Amino acid sequence: MTAVSAGAALAPARGPRHLAGTGVLLRLALRRDRVMIPAWVLALGLLVAAMGSSFQALYDTAAKRAELAASMNANASLRALYGPVFGDTIGGLVTWRMAGFGAVLAAVMSLLIVVRHTREEEETGRQELLSAGMVGRRAPLTAALLAALIADIALAVLIGGGLAASGQPAAGSFALGLAIGGTGLLFAALAAIAAQFTESARLAKGLTGAVLGLVFALRAAGDAATADASSPLTWISPIGWAENVRAYAGDRWWVLLLLAAGTALALAAGYVLTARRDIGMSFLPARPGPARAPRSLSGPFGLAWRLQRTTVLGWTLGFLCAGGIFGGIAKGAADLVGTNRQALEIFRRMGGQQALTDAFLATMTGMLGMVAAIYAAGSVLRLRSEETGDRAEPVLACAVGRLRWACGHLAVAYVGAAVILAFGGLALGLGYGVSAHDVTGRLGPVLGAALAQVPAVWVLTGLAVCVYGLVPKATTAVWAVVGGCLAIGWIGPALKFPQWAMDLSPYSHLPKLPGGEATAAPFLWLLGLAVLLAAAGLVGFRRRDIG
Amino acid sequence: MTTAISSSVAIRVAGLHKSFGRTHALDGLDLDVEAGEVHGFLGPNGAGKSTTIRVLLGLLRADGGTARVLGKDPWRDAVALHRRVAYVPGDVTLWRNLSGGEVVDLYGRLRGGLDGARRDELLERFELDPTKKGRTYSKGNRQKVALAAAFASDVDLLILDEPTSGLDPLMDEVFRSCVAEERDRGRTILLSSHVLSEVEALCDRVSIIRQGRTVESGSLGQLRHLTRTSIIAELASPPNGLAQLPGVHGLTSQAAEDGQGVRVALQADTDRLDAVLRALSASGVRSLTSTPPTLEELFLRHYQDETGAGRAAGAGDRGEEASAR
Repeated sequence: MTAVSAGAALAPARGPRHLAGTGVLLRLALRRDRVMIPAWVLALGLLVAAMGSSFQALYDTAAKRAELAASMNANASLRALYGPVFGDTIGGLVTWRMAGFGAVLAAVMSLLIVVRHTREEEETGRQELLSAGMVGRRAPLTAALLAALIADIALAVLIGGGLAASGQPAAGSFALGLAIGGTGLLFAALAAIAAQFTESARLAKGLTGAVLGLVFALRAAGDAATADASSPLTWISPIGWAENVRAYAGDRWWVLLLLAAGTALALAAGYVLTARRDIGMSFLPARPGPARAPRSLSGPFGLAWRLQRTTVLGWTLGFLCAGGIFGGIAKGAADLVGTNRQALEIFRRMGGQQALTDAFLATMTGMLGMVAAIYAAGSVLRLRSEETGDRAEPVLACAVGRLRWACGHLAVAYVGAAVILAFGGLALGLGYGVSAHDVTGRLGPVLGAALAQVPAVWVLTGLAVCVYGLVPKATTAVWAVVGGCLAIGWIGPALKFPQWAMDLSPYSHLPKLPGGEATAAPFLWLLGLAVLLAAAGLVGFRRRDIG
Repeated sequence: MTTAISSSVAIRVAGLHKSFGRTHALDGLDLDVEAGEVHGFLGPNGAGKSTTIRVLLGLLRADGGTARVLGKDPWRDAVALHRRVAYVPGDVTLWRNLSGGEVVDLYGRLRGGLDGARRDELLERFELDPTKKGRTYSKGNRQKVALAAAFASDVDLLILDEPTSGLDPLMDEVFRSCVAEERDRGRTILLSSHVLSEVEALCDRVSIIRQGRTVESGSLGQLRHLTRTSIIAELASPPNGLAQLPGVHGLTSQAAEDGQGVRVALQADTDRLDAVLRALSASGVRSLTSTPPTLEELFLRHYQDETGAGRAAGAGDRGEEASAR
C-alpha cells in the first residue's frame, strides 16, 4: 500500500538530480519503521531519563554518591564495563552508567535503520523497482541516513529533555543526549560504508556490529588501564568519546566535534563509494562456486553449517580478540588502584589483588556470556528468515522432516554458542596466564568460568526456539527479551533492582567464576529450563503452517 | 480395494478447506489426479492453486476435507512421501552464497539421491552454468536450477507450480520435452500453469479452480465439449425460432452486405450444434463460417465469471473476503 502510493508520488521530484525522490523515500522509510524507531527511541530514551530519579532515590546524599563513585573507580573490572565516574552528582552517575551503554544501543539502532533501507532493499530487489522511478543515485542512502538522523535527534532530545525535566542541569543533560545520539549517527554513517561493500544485508550489519564490538572492547581495555579515561585506547574509540564528553562533570563540548568529524568522514566515504557502483552490486562481487556440491553439503545439518559458518567464524574471531585483550590487562587492572588512601581502603575491603583480578575475570566472562546470547538468538532466528525468504519451503518439500531441518540450524546455534564462549575463555585465560607467567594454573579456571555461562545462554536460545515455534510472527520479541536480560545485568545492580527482577535474567543465577563457589543446582535448573523451552518450541513448530 | 485405488490414483483431494484468518483460501476443493497422467491445474491468480499445493506437500495443515498423495496423508507421512515427490515452486529463491550446481545436488540428496548422468544432461539441455552463485542468476535461471533438480530426481510424482514463468521460448521447449519424457517413464505430473498453449500441449486432463473451489475437471476433449462454437452465416431468409433454440447465445442479425438475405452471428453450445445447424439450413444457408472452440475461450469464461455473473449468483457469502485477499 505504502509502496504504491510512494511510487505514484515519485514523479514530482524536486531538488538536485542525485537526490531526486529523497523525500518520498524518507517518508516510505519512516512509514515502514513506524513501530521500530519509536520503540527504540522511547525504550532507550526513557530508560536513560528515568535513571535520574532512580539514582536520586537510592543515593540521596552527596556522601553516599561520593562513596559509590570512589568504590566504582577503584575497581578496574567495573571501570572496564561502565567507564569511570567523572562526577558524583546524580547526573554524573547517570552518565557513568549510561553514556557507553546508551551509545552502543544508539549505534545498534542506527546501523539497523541504515542497512535496512539501503542494502536490504537492494538485496531483496525492491530498490530496483524504486530506482526505476524518479529516484536519484544518492537518494536511497540519503533517505536512510535521514531516517537514522531523525531517530538519533529524537533520542538526544528525549534524553536531554527528560533528564532536564527531572531536575538535572540542562547543559549536562543535553551533552549526554548529544553524546549518545551522536555516536548513533556515526554508526549510521559507518553502516552506510559497510552497505557498499557487501551484497548481503546480514553481512553489512555484521561488519558494522564487529566495528562496534571492537571500539567497545578498546574503550573497556582503556578504562580498565586508567582511572580517568585518558588511555589512548579509550581515545581511539567513539564510545570513549561519548564517555569523555563528561556530561555533568565539565561538559567537554569539543569532544562532540570528534563525533561530528568522524561522522562527516564516514559519510563522505559512503557517498563516494555509492556513486561508484551499480545498484545491487558491491565492491566484493560474488565469485564462481563449485559446479558440484561437496560431500559435506548433503543434509539439513550440512546445509545449516554451510549457511552459518561465516557467522560462526566471525563471532569466534571476535571472542578471541575480546578475550585476548581483556586477558592481557586482567593482571595489571588490579594493580592500578592505590593512588589515594580511600581507594586503597576499598581495595583491601574488596579482597586485595587476587580477589580483584578474579572479579575482573568474572565480569569479563559474564559479559562474553551475555554477548553470546546475541549470537545464539540470531542463529536460531535464521530459521525464520529461511522460512519467510521462501528457502525453507523447497527443502521441507524434500524428504526432510521439520524437526531435522530445524535441528540443523539449532545445532549450529547451541554448539556455536558453546564454541565461541570456549574460544573467548581460552583467549581470556591465555592472555591472563601469559601476563601472570602461569598459563597452566590460570587457563583452566578461566576457561571453566567461560563455559559456565553456557547454560544461561542456552536458556535464551531455548526461548528463541520457543517463540519461533509457537508464535513465529513475534520473533522480534526475542531481541527485546535478550536486550532486557542485558539491561538487567547492566543496570540492575546499580539501581538495586528487587531480587525477583534480577532473577528474571538467567545470568543472575550463575555463580561468579572464577573465585566464587559453584554448585550443580543452578546449572541443572537452567539446563532443564533450556530443554523445556526448546521442546515446547519444536512441538509447536511441528504443528503449525509453514510460511 | 484401498491398494487398488492408491495404485491408480496419485492425488485424491475431496472437500478441502483452508482459511488464513478471515480469508477462505480453499473452500471445498476437489482434485483427482490419475497415476501416470499430466494434470493441468488452472485458475486465476489467488484462486488457491499454491495453497492446495502447499497442503499436498504437508507444509500447510488443512482445516477440513481429505487429501491423499500417493496413498498417503501429506501431513502425517510427509517425509516418507517426499522421497517420492519433487516440487518446483513458482518463485525459486536460492541461497546467495551457494552455486547452482550445489543447490541441484543438495535438493537431489535431500530427496534421497539423484541420477548423476541425468543431472549433467539436464544442466546441459537447460544451458545452465552450475558455477554461478545464487544471487547472480536471473529469474529464469533460478527456475532452471529447481527444474533440473526435480527432473534428475528419481520420484513418482512431480508437483510443478507455474514452473515456466521466466523461461525463454527455447527453454520452454526443453521443459516440454522433459515433461513428455517423465510421462513416458510413467511418472505423474501436477502442472499449475497460466500458459494455455502449454497446458494444451502437455496435459491429459485439467482441473480449473476458482475462489478455492473446483469448477471444472476433465480431459481436454470433454472440456472442449462444454465450449461454444462461433458461427457466422448468411441466410436467404430471416431464421425462425433460432433465438428460442436452447444452446444459442449472443444472436445478432442484420441485413447482408449485398442487400439480399440476412447475416447472423451466434455462439452455439457444442453439444447443441446439430439442432442449430438444422435451424440455419431451414432458412437457406448461402455461406457459413464456424470457428471451433479454443481453450482460451473456455478459460476466459471461467476466469471472467469471477467478476461477472458467477460471483453475484453463487459467491455472495464469500465475495467480500475474496476481494479483500
